[in-house]
Amino acid sequence: MAVTTSGRLPDEVYDIVVIGAGVVGSAIARELGRHPLRIALVEASDDVGDGTSKANTAILHTGFDAVPGSLESRLVREGQRRLAAYAAEAGIPVEPVGALLVAWDEEQLAALPRLVEKAERNGYHEARIIGADELYAREPFLGPGALAGLDVPGESIICPWTTTLAYATQAVRAGADLHLNCPVSGIVAGSPHELRTGRGPLRTHTLINAAGLRADEIDRMLGHADFTVRPRRGQLMVFDKFARDLVRHILLPVPTALGKGVLVAPTVYGNVLLGPTAEELDDRTATGSTAEGLAFLRERGGRVLPALLDEEVTAVYAGLRAATEEDDYQIRCHPEQRYVTVGGIRSTGLTASMAIAAHVVELLADAGQRLGTPRELEPVRMPNIGEAFARPYERAELIAADPEYGRLVCHCERVSRGEIRDALASTIAPSTPEGLRRRTRARGGRCQGFYCGAAVRALFTSGPAGPVPGTTGAAGAEGGEPSLRPEVGP
Amino acid sequence: MSATTNRDGSTVPGPGRRARTVDVLVIGAGPAGLAAAARLAAAGAGAVEVVDREEQAGGVPRHCFHSGFGLRELRRPMSGPAYARHWCDLATGAGAALRTGVSVTGWSGQPGRDGGTAQGRNAGPAGGPVRAEGRGPLVVDTTGPDGLERVTAGAVVLATGARERPRSARLVPGTRPAGVFTTGELQQAVHLHHQRVGLRAVVVGAEPVGYSAVRTLRGAGVEVAAMVTDQPRHQSSWASGLGARLHHRLPLLTGTTVTALLGRGRLSGVALRHADGRTTTVACDTVVFTGDWIPDHELARLGGIALDRGTRGPAVDTAFRTAAAGVFAVGNLLHAVEPAGTAAREGRLVAGPVLRYLADGVWPGGQVPVEVDAPLRWVAPNRIDPRGPRPPLGRFTLRTAGTARRLSALVVTQDGRLLHRERLRRAAVPNRPLYASADWMDRVRPDGGPVVISAG
Ligand SMILES: Cc1cc2nc3c(=O)[nH]c(=O)nc-3n(C[C@H](O)[C@H](O)[C@H](O)COP(=O)(O)OP(=O)(O)OC[C@H]3O[C@@H](n4cnc5c(N)ncnc54)[C@H](O)[C@@H]3O)c2cc1C
Ligand SMILES: Cc1cc2nc3c(=O)[nH]c(=O)nc-3n(C[C@H](O)[C@H](O)[C@H](O)COP(=O)(O)OP(=O)(O)OC[C@H]3O[C@@H](n4cnc5c(N)ncnc54)[C@H](O)[C@@H]3O)c2cc1C
Repeated sequence: MAVTTSGRLPDEVYDIVVIGAGVVGSAIARELGRHPLRIALVEASDDVGDGTSKANTAILHTGFDAVPGSLESRLVREGQRRLAAYAAEAGIPVEPVGALLVAWDEEQLAALPRLVEKAERNGYHEARIIGADELYAREPFLGPGALAGLDVPGESIICPWTTTLAYATQAVRAGADLHLNCPVSGIVAGSPHELRTGRGPLRTHTLINAAGLRADEIDRMLGHADFTVRPRRGQLMVFDKFARDLVRHILLPVPTALGKGVLVAPTVYGNVLLGPTAEELDDRTATGSTAEGLAFLRERGGRVLPALLDEEVTAVYAGLRAATEEDDYQIRCHPEQRYVTVGGIRSTGLTASMAIAAHVVELLADAGQRLGTPRELEPVRMPNIGEAFARPYERAELIAADPEYGRLVCHCERVSRGEIRDALASTIAPSTPEGLRRRTRARGGRCQGFYCGAAVRALFTSGPAGPVPGTTGAAGAEGGEPSLRPEVGP
Repeated sequence: MSATTNRDGSTVPGPGRRARTVDVLVIGAGPAGLAAAARLAAAGAGAVEVVDREEQAGGVPRHCFHSGFGLRELRRPMSGPAYARHWCDLATGAGAALRTGVSVTGWSGQPGRDGGTAQGRNAGPAGGPVRAEGRGPLVVDTTGPDGLERVTAGAVVLATGARERPRSARLVPGTRPAGVFTTGELQQAVHLHHQRVGLRAVVVGAEPVGYSAVRTLRGAGVEVAAMVTDQPRHQSSWASGLGARLHHRLPLLTGTTVTALLGRGRLSGVALRHADGRTTTVACDTVVFTGDWIPDHELARLGGIALDRGTRGPAVDTAFRTAAAGVFAVGNLLHAVEPAGTAAREGRLVAGPVLRYLADGVWPGGQVPVEVDAPLRWVAPNRIDPRGPRPPLGRFTLRTAGTARRLSALVVTQDGRLLHRERLRRAAVPNRPLYASADWMDRVRPDGGPVVISAG
């Protein structure tokens, strides 16, 4: 087991290489980690979960509104169950807040019974229509004009960062290698396959493509042109924690052909999320926000929850869904090439990740890949960064044992030096302040570093896991705030 | 949210919390809090404790390395850190306990809702003063390296300051690269942590703090490519000479807004829209968002203490009394922002009302709100008890928003009745203080509607 960030790659031939350490690739590496195999997880960026997996709506879906009969429908349903159980075991923050889908006009009202029926066909039986009275009783701050709603109690909110990190950590601890800053730029198919990467060649018997927005490019390197990724941007706004009391459930609109629409939802960090937009783009790196996008979201959010707009905005971000011309996941096994493509995991991949991983391993087994006897993985327990459970700053016993947990550095998010120290010494240590934020929330609050930014950076550069001179992946690794180090630091 | 205050306002006593009691708890050891603690301790208010979540006391001046602090009130120019030390020494010298590295994380209960408030159930029928008996005690929870505490206080003074809005809160679109600062972060990076910042910067905002940012950048060897403001002119005081000196080789782009941040990984530039509609891009690796203040009202809000709509700080009367009995507020929490000397003056002035409250337990009921009409943005203080004292220096502080209309006079009315009218001696400029005399206070009807200050 090793995490490498620079230098040449090992000379060995791996049994299986997974390209892409997003939530999907990491889940696959974890699932494979149960088997006696030499596995490498290869990532262009300087961190795991630095692509679409870090910039989504963070909902653990039931799949009630999926396309019935699709692979996505099955894997979301199954993934939801698996991830909910795993989250409890691994300490991933989840809050089962439930969703209320709100009908604002007659047409939307008429769509509700069809949604109930669709939910049934997706194997979800708890959805039920509720009247305006119940809706307003359960969401007192909802804007005027709602006619009725659909109660979907099974929907939850989850921490996407901890999820990916838990998978990857468990994979690495089970013996997998994680190679960061390692963009794959070419593949010579053969026995073994030889991958050309930014850090030199890498050889593997079997290859799994979980490259997200670049999955079609990897596919083409192996001679396949089954689908083309058509990025669909989603911009989101995170409102101040003072907005948290305004909303109790995930508030969904009636979905349209373009997607699930703009929602208002609490986050496990105690904020409120508004978004996403759905914009078809050509640029696979266009994860910036736009004035039009933000104006559109504010207009929508103001109708759903008028009081929301009085609160401060803590963060704005955008993610790209890896949509394709097809209306389902694009998961294909090419046994003759000992190659599996996991593409088109567009707007439900966080939820479905564990089921996708299990499905991929099944495909490999069916294709004759020798996997060996699986064993139980050593459980992981991730540091809690959610609000539903006690955080270190409120745990007397923890502070008594180690006063560093009582020394707050990031005041807005109440992150202690102890947590930052732990993150810097963890199995997969962050190599940028942004990576540290995803592990601890440090610098992610309402002041965005006014108070703590410089102090966090100081701890970061002096931390045990010293700086890693990072080549930032050319592929799909946007939005990250790669190393400040060239400019900042002693 | 608070550690131990549940969403419904009930409290669970946290395990392992040490309980302590003080007479006065001052929260925030900036100039305002330290001055309050110094004066209270010197006046014999009993056990006076001032806590700050930073390792070093002193508040914002800790990282303002330029001179110019203390000129008015102490009659000698000092650097920010020296000024911070001055107030720390004064507070501890007077016998106040100064505890740093201690964060107040919330209240046990909600003083603003538990009763004893101006608008609360304890308010007398005619809005007269009430004895604040029967209200719950003031109890806050803290976290520090020594553990968790639950501190009960006879009176609480909130002095938690203000911050600059970050890029996200200003809704500036674009990418999320590194190299994006506020002045507060910039000053700490350069002066406290000696970090290298960048090579070429754009400063957003042209009020005095923007010029401080320019100074810090230049001192750190960063070229300042431009200063941009959406206002028609800068808002620095030329009298200070600071702006004039700095203006040398500093392109000031007025009527200009930042429309996007550019660059992946590291900032590569900012996109601008100029007054005439032209759009340009300025190449830079650093951008500093200055000004655009917001009070740090977290504790006030967690306590259910009413905020003023204009200032977004707790609403207070001229004796710094919030809507919650026993809770006072001073400094830039009330008016984001005024100079350090103003904050310190309020700290000194709050001592009298606190001592009186500790002695008689009386809290005013039914204060009259003071409101502003556009283009005015806020006024502080913003509640009056007609029987209460005049505000500091006998005047109210206001801000105006950018406007084409020239503001030449202020008019004070209550229920349509003219209370006061005064000509403005200087042009009213956004982001700069504007004052209204308090001479009309005794004409306010205690049972009347809100007092409204508007532009004449
Ligand atoms: C706005 C938005 C909202 C969403 N909301 C939800 C939600 O609420 N619930 C939910 O379940 N899902 C949601 N999703 C979907 C979910 O985020 C994605 O399905 C999931 O993150 C996809 O994971 P991934 O691992 O396939 O892709 P990614 O996270 O993009 O990972 C792919 C990785 O591959 C790497 N890579 C690419 N090319 C190469 C190369 N050549 N060499 C090496 N590495 C490479 C990239 O750097 C990247 O890290 C949402 C998505 C968006 C955009
Ligand atoms: C970047 C910047 C530059 C400035 N430059 C100048 C200048 O050059 N000259 C000038 O006169 N004024 C300047 N100001 C204005 C400055 O805010 C005032 O001078 C002065 O510091 C205000 O004092 P204060 O006590 O109200 O607040 P602050 O100085 O902000 O002090 C508030 C204190 O409260 C503490 N605190 C907050 N919440 C908690 C909590 N929950 N628990 C414990 N402690 C808490 C904080 O840690 C902080 O130390 C500047 C302000 C900023 C932000």
